[in-house]
Amino acid sequence: MSRRPGFVLEVDRSAPPTLVWSGEGFGLETLPEGSRVIYAPEPVKALDDPYAAIRHALLHPVGDRDPLPALLRPGMKLTICFDDVSLPLPPMESPDVRQMVIETVLDMAAEAGVDDVVLVAALALHRRMTEEELRHALGDRVYDAFAPHGLLTQHDAEDPDNLLFIGETDEGEEVEINKRAATSDLLVYVNVNLVAMDGGHKSVATGLASYRSLRHHHNPHTMRHSKSFMDQPASELHSANWRMGRLIAEAGVKVFQIETTLNNDTFPPAFEFLQKREWEWTLRDRAKYLGVSTALAKTPPRLARQVLHGIRAPHALTSVQAGEVEAVHARTLEHVWAQQGVEVEGQTDILTMGLPYICPYNVNSIMNPILVACLGLGYFFNMYRGKPLVREGGVVIMWHPTRPEFHPGHHPSYIDFYEQVLTETIDPTRMHKEFEESFATDPWYVHLYRTGHAYHGVHPFYMWYWCAHALAHVGRVIVVGGDARAVRRLGFSPASSLDDALEIAADVVGPSPTLTHVHNPPLFMADVH
Amino acid sequence: MAGSRFGAGRLTAAVRAARFPLAAPSWPASVDRPDPERKVGLDYDHEWSRRYPVRLARAVVMDNVARPAARLVAPATVRGLEHLHHVEGPVIFACNHASHIDTPLLLTNLPVEFRHKTVVAAASDYFFDRTWKSIVWSFALAAIPIERSKVNRRSADTAAELIADGWNLVIFPEGGRSPDGWTQPFRGGAAYLARRTGRPVVPVYLHGTRHVLPKSASATDDPAPGGSGTESQRGGRLRRSPIAVLFGPPMRPDPDENAHRFSERVEAAVATLAREVHTDWWQARRAVSAVAPQPGAERAHRGPQASPWRRAWALDEPPARRGAKDWPA
Repeated sequence: MSRRPGFVLEVDRSAPPTLVWSGEGFGLETLPEGSRVIYAPEPVKALDDPYAAIRHALLHPVGDRDPLPALLRPGMKLTICFDDVSLPLPPMESPDVRQMVIETVLDMAAEAGVDDVVLVAALALHRRMTEEELRHALGDRVYDAFAPHGLLTQHDAEDPDNLLFIGETDEGEEVEINKRAATSDLLVYVNVNLVAMDGGHKSVATGLASYRSLRHHHNPHTMRHSKSFMDQPASELHSANWRMGRLIAEAGVKVFQIETTLNNDTFPPAFEFLQKREWEWTLRDRAKYLGVSTALAKTPPRLARQVLHGIRAPHALTSVQAGEVEAVHARTLEHVWAQQGVEVEGQTDILTMGLPYICPYNVNSIMNPILVACLGLGYFFNMYRGKPLVREGGVVIMWHPTRPEFHPGHHPSYIDFYEQVLTETIDPTRMHKEFEESFATDPWYVHLYRTGHAYHGVHPFYMWYWCAHALAHVGRVIVVGGDARAVRRLGFSPASSLDDALEIAADVVGPSPTLTHVHNPPLFMADVH
Repeated sequence: MAGSRFGAGRLTAAVRAARFPLAAPSWPASVDRPDPERKVGLDYDHEWSRRYPVRLARAVVMDNVARPAARLVAPATVRGLEHLHHVEGPVIFACNHASHIDTPLLLTNLPVEFRHKTVVAAASDYFFDRTWKSIVWSFALAAIPIERSKVNRRSADTAAELIADGWNLVIFPEGGRSPDGWTQPFRGGAAYLARRTGRPVVPVYLHGTRHVLPKSASATDDPAPGGSGTESQRGGRLRRSPIAVLFGPPMRPDPDENAHRFSERVEAAVATLAREVHTDWWQARRAVSAVAPQPGAERAHRGPQASPWRRAWALDEPPARRGAKDWPA
């Protein structure tokens, strides 16, 4: 059977209840008649031979680039950078696409006699990856060949000795990136493009940048003017990154960009029902649902989290393109849209979304309240092109337990952000002006970021800025099933049930609102007309 | 007893009241139903039913449950077994068809050398339309799905492969149970397979099975317009009644005989066996002999060309009075 495109269901009396995620669990919700439910397109067929496709891409680059073997020579300095643990979600089954690409690149480098090769995890201000995570992303063969010799590194945005100031863009944006990468004869960037936001100039200009550089686009103003940041031409975030990327290229940094796209095959067979349309659930799907949802409901959240973070997605490679950054990225976006695009007619008064247990910043970690806001208002809200799914002044209803729990090792500054900043203000502009600098330069946070596995001190601010567009756009945010105090701390309204939430929403959107539910994951991008 | 019935009733009510996800999901009215992924009907994979553990289990059930039950419910008079003693399998059993009980009664009355190595051609649209039915019939009868409404190459290939593999085949050339008790014209499936595989056809006549398990009105049938409301409700119930199973001599197509002509010969052979039930071997053969033929004898098993009540009237009489006159003239 051929792959089915995305689908917008008009809920009627005969429509079964809809699966809704809520953190480390999920349930079935009966949406009001007349509601719409948007389902992602079915997975694009995987490439038959990923290694052959990668090799072909490296030998036939797009844009103004020679084939990779022609760029490799003895005595050269080669740096291979790669996306970090935040992609893809959930982490994919082995072999990870980064492993496949990097192994192919290293084969060519070895053949060309290149000795000076360093691998850099492009963390930006994310936490450092653990050995397990690096081994999963790169494979044991790569890890064991490079890590013991100190040649597998993780970008340190606070290491003055390994940062190079490139210059300023026409808009006055300072560009400072990883020195090893910037001074290499060739910088090969290996990207995983799970959503349209990833890749392009953002890979190097953000992934290898310092706080000094990042603050020029990771701020409330930029994020409010990125409509959305999943739509590159309409994204101020990307405009800034493109200016920086072009400056980096003009400065002589030779980037050979390799971008990959994955299909949205998100869950392994045991959890496959999570990505099926409910009316197509078989007896086995229903049995699995009952078994898994009941077990998760009775399992302590900590244990449930461990189980769910153990899920490995059967994502498969659907395309790989290599060469000059912008030419490569244009092709990548075509593939991303082919997988994720769903045509949607018109906006809605109420947008509902169930938030799962994982977002890019809590892989093998805890989804704290700030990340809950970021996943719902930052990511899911922004998964559109054209117009937001919800009208201006509308309501967003999210399901999540929103427990005030934090991973002290991964998110130390989040704890203080939650206790010190959110108690003062939820206005991104005010917190940017009054609090950001102190968090960003706090020596303790810097120390934890550089030596432990902590996100940078400024990271919770960025997560809040990620919500800036949605916060300015919607009239109210309601969290169903969330910890009431934590939800209120975020400036949202708690609700005990969907009916409760709809009653609260009626104050904003009237008694007979339209409602649209995004059936994420698998992820999709709404092309709203 | 009352308590258990009450419990069963509550259970049934609970099952009926179950909602998604305990019950199957309803289908949104705005969504077109796709063609179901076919894993039943002709697409059902029945290969498992011929593996040795399954064959062993089936043989145990057949010999220890089905045969005693058949003797109890439908004591059989079996004639013509001597024909089977001299034929080397595999063979194709071509049998008239009046009741769902035909297949188990035929299988349980086959000699042991055939009984456990026989598959049954069953209508794919009836016996294999649901997964559970496919499993039940594949196991119980070693049934294989065939297309009965039209000639289907796949059905024929499957049957031919099994015959080539040494399996005997039971086929009902009428393509379905007789609607009124009279034999329907034979279709060419059995004859075609005989020509294709070179294996003989053994004509079989089953008598009296429609009294054991009468054909019931289909649940989907609309009530007959103008019905009196006194239509029989006894269809589909098992009743004890004696039966007769008659095997004819194995038949092979002549070298220049096509499947159609051969099929007519097979049908005539079954008709002769039918006459034998009420007369004897000699009279049955004399009726269609070239020396003293009786007019229309070769088609007598199809009943008179008359109104439904006259056809019903002309059928064999109830078991109590059976034998009072020749059948079916």
